[in-house]
Amino acid sequence: MADGTARVKGGFSFELCKRNEMLKKAGMKFPQPKKTGTTIAGIVFKDGVILGADTRATEGTVIADKNCAKIHYISKNIYCCGAGTAADTEYTTETISSDIELHRLSTGRKPRVATACRLLKQYLYRYQGHIGAYLVLGGVDTTGPHLFTVHAHGSTDKLPYVTMGSGSLAAMAVFESHYTPNMGVEEGKKLVRDAIAGGIFNDLGSGSNVDLCVITADGVDYIRPYDVANVKGERVGDYTYKRGTTAVLDTTVRHFEIVSERVQSTESMET
Amino acid sequence: MATDGFYLTSDPLGAKCDKKETTNMAIGRTLRPIVTGSSVLGITFSDGVMLAADTLGSYGSLARYRDLSRLLKVNDTTVAAGSGDYADFQYIARLFESLNIESDSYCDGHSYTPRSFYSWLTRVMYNRRTKINPLWNTVIMGGYHDNKPFLGVVNSLGVSFEAPTLATGFGGYIAQPLMRDAYEKNPSMSKEEAQKLLEKCMTVLYYRDARSWNKYEIATITTDGVTITGPMKLEGNWEVANYVRGYD
Amino acid sequence: MEDYRAPVEVQWSPYSWNGGTVLAVSGEDFSVIASDTRLSEGFQIYSRDFPKTYQLGDNVVLGSCGFQGDVTTLNKVIEAQLKIYDHIYQKKMSCESLAQLLSTILYTRRFFPYYTYNILAGLDSKGKGCVFSFDPIGSYEREVYRAGGSASSMLQPLLDNQIGLLNQTGVEKKPLSVEKAVQLVTDVFTSAAERDIYTGDGIRINIISADGVDIKEVPLRRD
Repeated sequence: MADGTARVKGGFSFELCKRNEMLKKAGMKFPQPKKTGTTIAGIVFKDGVILGADTRATEGTVIADKNCAKIHYISKNIYCCGAGTAADTEYTTETISSDIELHRLSTGRKPRVATACRLLKQYLYRYQGHIGAYLVLGGVDTTGPHLFTVHAHGSTDKLPYVTMGSGSLAAMAVFESHYTPNMGVEEGKKLVRDAIAGGIFNDLGSGSNVDLCVITADGVDYIRPYDVANVKGERVGDYTYKRGTTAVLDTTVRHFEIVSERVQSTESMET
Repeated sequence: MATDGFYLTSDPLGAKCDKKETTNMAIGRTLRPIVTGSSVLGITFSDGVMLAADTLGSYGSLARYRDLSRLLKVNDTTVAAGSGDYADFQYIARLFESLNIESDSYCDGHSYTPRSFYSWLTRVMYNRRTKINPLWNTVIMGGYHDNKPFLGVVNSLGVSFEAPTLATGFGGYIAQPLMRDAYEKNPSMSKEEAQKLLEKCMTVLYYRDARSWNKYEIATITTDGVTITGPMKLEGNWEVANYVRGYD
Repeated sequence: MEDYRAPVEVQWSPYSWNGGTVLAVSGEDFSVIASDTRLSEGFQIYSRDFPKTYQLGDNVVLGSCGFQGDVTTLNKVIEAQLKIYDHIYQKKMSCESLAQLLSTILYTRRFFPYYTYNILAGLDSKGKGCVFSFDPIGSYEREVYRAGGSASSMLQPLLDNQIGLLNQTGVEKKPLSVEKAVQLVTDVFTSAAERDIYTGDGIRINIISADGVDIKEVPLRRD
C-alpha cells in the first residue's frame, strides 16, 4: 500500500452484517422479520405461463396474514411470485419492476423476462443472500414464454415447471407426477392449483387460498382467489358486548368555543 | 460424562462410535448414522397394507450399496420397513427374531400381532432415546390382523402414531402429499391401485431425492400373509428434459 | 478467520415438539376437556387424527401435549399405576388423587423432564366439576378453566374474558351451562386454528358428567 497502489475501495460494505453477528453473539435479540413460509409455483403451458401462490404469511408459528398477495407485478407481461422474507420479496420485485419500466421507456420495447431475471439475480447476488428473496419469475415476451426461479444468493434456473418455498416439495411432487408439455389453459390452471393445494394442506408454512396468474401473449389474467381451499370456521356463539361493558376510569368534559366556520373545497391534483 | 453433551461429529471417515466415549464408558453409541436408507412408504388399501422401500444403502453422499433389502418380514402378519441407519435396522431385525424365538418356544400357538410388535418397538425406541443412545431409524410397521389393516410408524425419539398413509424422511415431504390426496379421493383402493400409487411415489422420489435409487421392493400384507416382491426397476419419464434449455 | 467458521457439530436433542392444544373448563356438576387432533413436527403434519385426550377413569380425562414420545410414555406409566391402585384398593382413583399422582410422576423426572403440558379434568369426590393444570415438572393447581399447549397463549386470555369475566363491568355472573361450555370450547378452537399453525384438523371434546364421558368431534380447517 505504501507504493501508492492503494485503490479507492469500491463494491459493497458488509460492516453491518459483521456488526449484527457480533451483537447476536453478545446476546442481542433482533426483531424477527415476517416470513412467507410459502408455496409458490409456475408452469409453462401451450400459450404462456401460469404462476400460482398460497396466501399465508407467518411470524414463527403464528399466522400473520391469512390472505396476502404473493404474486407481484413486474411489468404488463411479467409477474413474479415471492417466498422467503416478506419485505425482501416485496421490495426486490418493486425495485426491479421500476427498473424494468425505466428500461422500457428508454428502449421503447416490450420488456423481456430474461432482462428481469438478469436484474434480479445481479441485485440479489450483490447482497450475498442477506436479502432473503426466493422468487418464481414468469412472463411472455417477443421470444415466447419464459419461467425462472431466482434464489436469494443470485442463482437462477430456467425450467418448464418450478416450485419454491417451504411447500415446494409437495408442489413439485404434483408437477412431477402430472405435468406434460403443451397443456391447455384450463388443464394448466388445475395443475397449478393442485400443486399449490398440495403445499396448503401438507405444509404448515402454507395455507388459506390459491392465487393464480395466467400470462399469455394476449394479456394477463390475475385470479385472486382462484380457489378458496379452506373455508373459515364458523363461530357458533355471539361475542358482542353490551354497551358499558368497558369500564370508564374517569371522565373529563371539555367545551370548545366555535370562533369561525369555513368550508373548503379541494380541486383534483394535476397529473 | 453425562454433562458432556452428545455431538454428531463431522469426520467423514470416522468410526460409528466415538472413540473417547467408547474407552470411557465401554459402550458404543450411535452418534450419527453411517450406512443409511432413505424414505420408506406405507399405505392401507381395501383389504391389506402395502409397504415400499428402495434398495440403496448410502454412505454419506456415496451410493455405497445398491441392493440392500429394507423390508423385513417379522412374522406371517407383520412387515417392518426401515429408514435411517442400516446397522441399527439390522439390530432391530435381530430383536424381532429373538422375540419370535421366545414366543415360538412356548408352543402355545400364539404369536405377536402387528400392533403388539409395533407397541413393543415404540418402547424400545423410546427407552433408547431416554438413555441418550438412540436407534437411528424411522420404522414403518404394517400388518393385517383380525381382518383389519395396521399401519404405524415410530422414530428414533419414540414419537409414534398410526395413519392410513405413511412416509418417512424425504418421503414425508414428497410422497405423503400424493398418498394423502389419493387416499382421500379413494379410501378403499384395490391392491393394484395401491401398488400403482406406490410406484408413482417411488418414481417421484427417484426424481427428487438425491439419496434414492431406481430399484425398489414392495411388501403386501393381506389375509393371505406376507409377500415381498422385487426388486423392481423404476423407469421414469425423462421427456421434459428436452424442454430444459439455458438458465438465463 | 477462525472466529467466523460455522460450528460443524450438531447437537442431538432427545425432544421434539409435536404441537397440539388442550383446553378444559369446569362447571358445577360437569367438566369439559378438549384437544385438537393434529400431530405435527416442524412444517410437517404427521397425523390429522391424533386426539390428545386420554380417558383414565369413569369421569376423569387427561389432556396432554408437547413431545409425543413423552405423552405416550406418561400415559402408559399412569395407566400402570392406576391398575396397581385398582388391584390394591379395589376402587377407582379419585380425580384429586390422580392429580397428585400425576404431579409425583412428573417430578420423578425433574432433571430429564417429560416435555408435556397436562390438564386433568373430571369430577371431584363431591361430584363437582374440576380442572387441574400442570407444568412439565409437576407443579399443579386446581382451576376453573385452563388452556395448555401450542395455542394456549391465544386461548387463555379469551377464557379469562368469557368465563372469568375479566375486564368486563356490569355483567352478571351466571353459572356456566354444559351447552355454553361446549360452544365456547368449539369457538375458541375454531379461532385458534385460524392463527396457530400447530392447531387444526379437528377437535375432540370430552363432556364429563356423573353419567360418564360423552365425546363430540368437530372438524377444523386442515391447512
